[in-house]
Amino acid sequence: MALFRNCLDFLDFIPLFRKVKSKLATLILMSNSATVSSSSIWAGGRSPFNVSYGKLMMWIFLLSDAFTFSSLLVGYGAIRFSYAGSSTPWPEPANVFNHFPFMHGMHLPLLFVSLMTFILIFSSVTMVLAVEAGHRNSKKEVSNYMILTILGGLAFLGCQAWEWTQFIHEGGRLSHNNFGLTSEALAKANALGFGDHVHWEAADRVPGPVPFASLFFIVTGFHGFHVLSGVVINIIIWLNVVRGTYERRGHYEMVEKVGLYWHFVDLVWVFVFTFYYLI
Amino acid sequence: MSTATIDSHAVGHHGDAHGHHHKETFITKYIFSTDHKMISKQYLITGIIMGCLGMGMSLLFRLQLAWPDETFPFLESLLGKWAKGGKLDPNYYMALVTIHGTIMVFYVLTAGLSGTFSNLLIPLQCGARDMASPFMNMLSYWFFFLSSVVLMSSFFVETGPASSGWTVYPPLSALSKAMPGSGVGTTLWLMAIVLFIVSALLGGINYITTVLNMRTKGMSMNRLPLTIWAFFLTAVLGLLSFPVLLGAGLLLIFDRSFGTSFYLSDIHLNGVGALTNSGGSPVLYQHLFWFLGHPEVYIILMPALGISSEVISTNARKPIFGYTAMIISLLGISFLSFIVWGHHMFITGMNPFLGTMFMYVTLIIAVPSAVKTFNYLATLWKGNIRFTPAMLFAIGLVSLFISGGLTGIYLGNAALDIQLHDSYFVVAHFHLVMGSASIFGMFAGIYHWFPKMYGRMMNKTLGSLHFWLTFISAYLVFFPMHFMGLAGVPRRYYQFSLIPEFGIWMDVNVLITVAAWLGGVAQLLFIYNFFYSIFKGPVASTNPWESNTLEWSTGLKHIHGNWEGDIPTVYRGPHEYSRPDRELDYFPQYEKGNGEPEHYHGPVTVADTSYDGKKEKASTVFFSSFAHLFALKRA
Repeated sequence: MALFRNCLDFLDFIPLFRKVKSKLATLILMSNSATVSSSSIWAGGRSPFNVSYGKLMMWIFLLSDAFTFSSLLVGYGAIRFSYAGSSTPWPEPANVFNHFPFMHGMHLPLLFVSLMTFILIFSSVTMVLAVEAGHRNSKKEVSNYMILTILGGLAFLGCQAWEWTQFIHEGGRLSHNNFGLTSEALAKANALGFGDHVHWEAADRVPGPVPFASLFFIVTGFHGFHVLSGVVINIIIWLNVVRGTYERRGHYEMVEKVGLYWHFVDLVWVFVFTFYYLI
Repeated sequence: MSTATIDSHAVGHHGDAHGHHHKETFITKYIFSTDHKMISKQYLITGIIMGCLGMGMSLLFRLQLAWPDETFPFLESLLGKWAKGGKLDPNYYMALVTIHGTIMVFYVLTAGLSGTFSNLLIPLQCGARDMASPFMNMLSYWFFFLSSVVLMSSFFVETGPASSGWTVYPPLSALSKAMPGSGVGTTLWLMAIVLFIVSALLGGINYITTVLNMRTKGMSMNRLPLTIWAFFLTAVLGLLSFPVLLGAGLLLIFDRSFGTSFYLSDIHLNGVGALTNSGGSPVLYQHLFWFLGHPEVYIILMPALGISSEVISTNARKPIFGYTAMIISLLGISFLSFIVWGHHMFITGMNPFLGTMFMYVTLIIAVPSAVKTFNYLATLWKGNIRFTPAMLFAIGLVSLFISGGLTGIYLGNAALDIQLHDSYFVVAHFHLVMGSASIFGMFAGIYHWFPKMYGRMMNKTLGSLHFWLTFISAYLVFFPMHFMGLAGVPRRYYQFSLIPEFGIWMDVNVLITVAAWLGGVAQLLFIYNFFYSIFKGPVASTNPWESNTLEWSTGLKHIHGNWEGDIPTVYRGPHEYSRPDRELDYFPQYEKGNGEPEHYHGPVTVADTSYDGKKEKASTVFFSSFAHLFALKRA
């Protein structure tokens, strides 16, 4: 509550806001109304959020990056909904992404992408542990958890490579694809149960909407590019951890900053997963 | 979470920046400089060069519009195959229009204006040794420079530069064979814009962080000069809108080069589908583009408004009228700018209900804009006005902001827009309110802070002459365009003499072109004054305009870290001019008073007591002016 109140202090330039705030302060916080004085955290000479400029910059960058992803996802939504009721309906993702390595010919909708999601979220957990170890200045633990995070990122990228290969193998291209199903095949697909055997003949397939595959490549590709750069940055920071750069500096804030980026990439994936695969 | 209290005076490399001396070489001082003052000059010079190029292009295509059937042999020697026989090629005309718009919007009025003055003033007026990350700041400039080079290089490719308008709408921009400029030219345009976005993000992140984190002691948000508030909110707008253009550009690049069809729906020629694949929508591009495009208008305008606020207050020797209202209106404009983009797209077949919603929010922008206008006027009212060139340009901005802003109310109306869309009325509107007003703000800033940047003064007479010629030419060029637009003359047409209905406008087109060339000549005065004064102008005093803000407390000589000793503490707001309890008519923010109140809340004395000798409150004076206006009270 106190944090929330301080965060709004920058509105102090509005006289009405100042008045209401001090009224509220005397009503609610009778004991320490002195804290709500003009010497607020916004008065200069310090960071109002108690963060270094670097961490603030990372937050601001992530805000801006969120808008980039939003533009792609909004574009995806607009194009997908323009196919509502069209003669070439948008393919059901569960019928397209139903493969799993070594489980040839089985209908396992979204199982693999769920595994990918789990791997990425788990790598966020190890990243949190690395940051926490950093607060305790435990170099060994930071290093170990960062290795796990990097491995998680690489595993995710590997999964994505497999998924792209499978997608391309089945005929997904930037400029065309054949993920549309004839009405008989569609009826058959809808009747499939989890783990059923399925094999589509060429005759079952019809060209799907072009943007289905192009958006798949763009959206997951742009995200994958972020994961890849995250892995590279994590490796650089991990090298610095091992070399003792942050131990000498006395704090592991850099780990925290790349952690913010890593969690963001993770969060974006949750949206990609929801909007592209689940819905 | 980190528990340490971070103090910008104690942490990092800023606190003791003046303590250690690096050996500066020519390269680290003038080229890859990390000093915000040098980066600001780099932005300014690049902006001026780009501005000359952009204006030069407009002068060339104005020739075509005024004398569509004449030939100008010098054009052929200048442009070669693009002006065979001295007549502009139609495709090249489109290219000039496109690159003129791109240069003016992005390279001059975004980077040249924000880049120059945010870099110069944010650290100096907030009381910081430098930007939060000087290195990123340097990268920001060099990405901008690279972007400028890539854009201009498109003039040297065989098929010419991008020519589908500064908005590069698909399908003209998405199909590489649509017109000559749709080929390599548009690819270069997109590359330039991607580099530009990177530059804008690096700069914007820095500006926001510096304003939030690195203000000196006492510089609370309600003591910030209005310039800083404007730059801060401009950076926020850029940070949230440029990424969307990045997304839009990414999809467009894939459409052009990798066979996707995000922006391509069906195109039929003689009943046969002309595209190998389709399935997207060109309107999607427009939505994404204008989600940037509308905030971009305010990215251009708000720094100019902030600059004129400070210049007007300083040179009227009065506190700015309604400091809080000025900030709230900036916040209001910033917020509204994100939800009005649809007013650029009324005639795309948008649902009329949606159009109505966009119309309402668009018209609401008139409220904060009017608040700002009236506050400028009320600040000028009964001030001890000093007509420096900066002040003239700031007042010119107010004039252009009013006359250009009023037509925004017409264009924001979804029904009227059916007639006015894509006509010269639009050209007139945005050139007055966004183009001219912002460039006037930029000139005000240059004349006002020139002594801070170069330690010398610019010539006042030449400055005033520059103002009057530019002011007259701006109105002569853009005002008649309203009437052309109302009559339905469309923009971007190449040869009006082929359309008999528009023949009656030929004389007006000649007038406009002559006035435009007059404006071009006027800029030569500025160029001469600017570059001459850098080297030969009279040496400035430390605080030549007797201003309150923090940047004038530094020495004339630029040093890394800005202040020789400690960073000054701030004791009051930036506008304590003409306080009756003070001997001097200004009271700098950094000067510790002798028990005077922080802000003077008493009546503002007015120099002229012609009413009845009584001192009156500013608000009384202000409202009584209306009484005079409507002849309700006789003096």
